[in-house]
Amino acid sequence: MSLIRSSAAELAARIAAGDVTAVEVAQAHLDRIDAVDPSVKAFLHVDADGALSAAKAVDDTRAAGERLGALAGVPLAMKDVVVTKGLPTTAGSKILEGWRPPYDATITTRIKDAGIVMLGKTNMDEFAMGSSTENSAYHPTHNPWDLSRIPGGSSGGSSAAVAAFEAPLSIGTDTGGSIRQPAAVTGIVGHKPTYGAVSRYGLIAFSSSLDQAGPFGRTVLDTALLHEVIAGYDPCDSTSIPAPVAPVVEAARDGARGDLRGVRVGVVRELSGDGYQAGVLAAYDAAVAQLRGLGAEVVEVSCPHFTYALAAYYLIAPSECSSNLARFDAVRYGLRVGDDGQHSLEEVMSLTREVGFGPEVKRRIMIGTYALSAGYYDAYYGQAQKVRTLIAQDFAAAFEKADVLVSPTSPFVAFGIGERVADPMAMYINDLCTLPASLAGTPAISVPCGLSEGLPVGLQIMAPTLADERCYRVAAAYEAAVTPVLASIPELTV
Amino acid sequence: MSDIPTAAPPAATAESRLSRADVAHLAQLARLAVTDEELNLFAEQLSVILGAVAQVSEVAAADIPPTTHAVPLTNVLRADVVVASLEREAVLAGAPSVEDDKFRVPKILTEEA
Repeated sequence: MSLIRSSAAELAARIAAGDVTAVEVAQAHLDRIDAVDPSVKAFLHVDADGALSAAKAVDDTRAAGERLGALAGVPLAMKDVVVTKGLPTTAGSKILEGWRPPYDATITTRIKDAGIVMLGKTNMDEFAMGSSTENSAYHPTHNPWDLSRIPGGSSGGSSAAVAAFEAPLSIGTDTGGSIRQPAAVTGIVGHKPTYGAVSRYGLIAFSSSLDQAGPFGRTVLDTALLHEVIAGYDPCDSTSIPAPVAPVVEAARDGARGDLRGVRVGVVRELSGDGYQAGVLAAYDAAVAQLRGLGAEVVEVSCPHFTYALAAYYLIAPSECSSNLARFDAVRYGLRVGDDGQHSLEEVMSLTREVGFGPEVKRRIMIGTYALSAGYYDAYYGQAQKVRTLIAQDFAAAFEKADVLVSPTSPFVAFGIGERVADPMAMYINDLCTLPASLAGTPAISVPCGLSEGLPVGLQIMAPTLADERCYRVAAAYEAAVTPVLASIPELTV
Repeated sequence: MSDIPTAAPPAATAESRLSRADVAHLAQLARLAVTDEELNLFAEQLSVILGAVAQVSEVAAADIPPTTHAVPLTNVLRADVVVASLEREAVLAGAPSVEDDKFRVPKILTEEA
């Protein structure tokens, strides 16, 4: 198997065995990026020097006879919403163009400490607001399955990089589905951890009660290995949960044995049917049948308030974003426009934000401003938070009957670039299946489950709070039983 | 929290439509110097979005407590110990304008003030 097509687990084993050096592995991926990224455009910034020197450090550690971490020397692509000391970090926005953070996010530190080699920063919808990566202020990213289509979003650069063999691993963030939906439409694995399981310190905030970073990989095991590196309590994040990391690697290995006897799988009635593409539903139904074939007991569950998740989310997330993005005030970092002695501070702020933010960010800031205004607060934001409680209660009731819940990850396969940009609601509907777990803070994974019209479909597996390992166990069992979806990705012509 | 100058009732309804003046006011509150063209576009788009999210009002939830956060952690405090913070130079390096080791900003007070 070529270096770029190897799994992260295989690469780490070969590097540890001295069969290949970390520098050779890094160089092979940098070469791949040089060859295909002009077409895929997954990266906003490639740090070849940094990658090679991090790889060299791993090789030196090994030469000194020291023990290497489970992913030492394995390359990774980092979503540009995660701050990286000295490396450009824009969150896909012009307002942060050229900014180099003075510190590392906790997950950046953990990744570096694990000997993982960061190749660069990946493209995304501006401030993680979007489902297609078309809202990037820089350029769209192209789906490696079909370059005329979107790679999902907001973590579309991270999903495309892994699907295009530019990196075996990447980091995404998921506020309403921004890891799971890109994973689904590019045929890879992506997991949104339990809210609070992975530190948010150093994530540029969008919606603080929902934002959660998580791993992408081409296999369930690779994804689990990265999950264990980034998860765990962090005193720098006051919402970090002081609990042990879920045993996700063990669960992935255990699940790969393909035995799901004793596992109750709940099919969520409200997350299928009208509005879902027929090919997506066919792949999903076949996946559920496969789980039954592996010994799982399949039951139907009803979560009546999931129907309102879209409305609740598109009030809560914009409200929190209108507050979070107030920090972009043209004073401490980033762009400043109109500072010519003729404009007041307030005018400079308004001019800067007008030029620095794209249309979707402006829309969400204004929706949030409206929803939080006196006279509207109770009817919009307050009511949405009550719906959030009801959604969490639906989950609690469903988890009485089932150990995991399943649904399609997205109602659609990847759509064409430009198809939905003019209609915000047509874009928001992408998040239909992923929003309930975001609002409840529960973990959920997307694992490839076949093709529809030659494009990947994702199976979403949801578990209760802090039971992330259940997602990995069921996903690994399913993965072991089927032909890998990525085996049929067309070769990129470069 | 500011009042929005519309005659709309204080309940989410699918008919919540925003005028150009409403959008201009929201933009002012949010410190966005929107263009004339954007006023038209956003009035249309924001009205559609608000109409859709007003669906939350269909849910009977009068006696349901709100969820502000999925994790019920409150009053997380750290030990009151002085720790190192970022170097001033490193912080100011990212600023758009710096003077005398400080963030420089345009004038805040007008002459009449």
